[in-house]
Amino acid sequence: MARPRSRPLSPHLTIWRWGPHMLVSILHRATGVGLALGGATLFTWWLAAAAGGPASYARFLDLMTRDQPIGPDGLPLPGTAMLNPLPALILIGLTWAFFQHMANGIRHLVMDLGAAYELKTNKTTSLATIAFSIIATLLLWAWIFTR
Amino acid sequence: MGTGTGIGRVRGLGSAKSGAHHWWMQRVTAAGNLLLVVWFVLSIVRLPSLDYRTVTLWLSSPFVAVPLVLLVINTFYHFRLGLQVVLEDYQKESSKVAGLIAINFFTIGAGALAIFSILKIAFAGAR
Ligand code: HEM
Ligand code: HEM
Repeated sequence: MARPRSRPLSPHLTIWRWGPHMLVSILHRATGVGLALGGATLFTWWLAAAAGGPASYARFLDLMTRDQPIGPDGLPLPGTAMLNPLPALILIGLTWAFFQHMANGIRHLVMDLGAAYELKTNKTTSLATIAFSIIATLLLWAWIFTR
Repeated sequence: MGTGTGIGRVRGLGSAKSGAHHWWMQRVTAAGNLLLVVWFVLSIVRLPSLDYRTVTLWLSSPFVAVPLVLLVINTFYHFRLGLQVVLEDYQKESSKVAGLIAINFFTIGAGALAIFSILKIAFAGAR
């Protein structure tokens, strides 16, 4: 199409500067899908394993955890099972995803009321969801690992 | 909801007749999730252990089994709606039907399995 090159084209779809609101927007989508596919599958698997009885639940726990110190009777000390690295990574990721999705979900509900669209407020609330999700995840897992 | 003819605005229906309801249910289930999933996460991490006996004993209380069934219904409905929105944003018409069927199979299949498992443990009582 013949068009004077010098004329600015606006609004343009490919020129924008990254900001926290975009990050939070795409994270809401990514965490929602991650929770729906990964979280719901793990949750259902866990329940079905428990419903299948002690043996099936033991197989589930065996995949997720490894036994720690051996007691004097040659058996692992009860209550000392540790999460395997991969399940730990997945669970930490899912808790972070939940906290991020939850915080931004609440932000969405506030914006549905028509509030927090001002550029500065919008940026602040975006950053707040990220700060919240990281801090909440760290606190929760620090508590789990140290208790 | 803000566009269209006057009568269209009053009815709150989009061209597919279900968009506004879909949007609203996404918000209602979001509020439900806030209560139920926060309750679930806090309960799970506060259990003394996740061994078979502790978990089945916990699940056999009606005050755990019932909210957990409600959580499955609410959360699965919420992400069923959410996954549909994501699919509709990216998918070409031709593969949309297959995608929607896959989403429904996954949601209803996993949801039924989860609810059945909760009820089985709850009705059998702690062992
Ligand atoms: C890095 C940049 C961007 C990211 C990460 C992003 C992300 C997203 C996401 C995740 C959604 C769906 C979630 C929602 O509806 O809230 C969305 C919707 C949308 N985006 Fe973007 N976007 C970006 C840039 C843009 C740009 C530059 C435009 C247009 C100039 C645009 C126009 C739209 C429109 C029209 C919708 C649909 C809104 C609705 O359904 O209500 N986006 N975007
Ligand atoms: C505190 C809990 C939660 C709140 C407050 C919340 C809130 C929301 C809101 C407001 C939306 C609509 C966003 C939009 O219109 O662009 C949404 C979308 C979504 N949610 Fe949640 N949600 C929560 C928990 C969950 C959980 C536990 C899952 C999955 C297991 C989930 C999966 C999804 C998915 C897949 C979407 C669609 C994402 C998109 O369209 O980009 N949500 N959530």
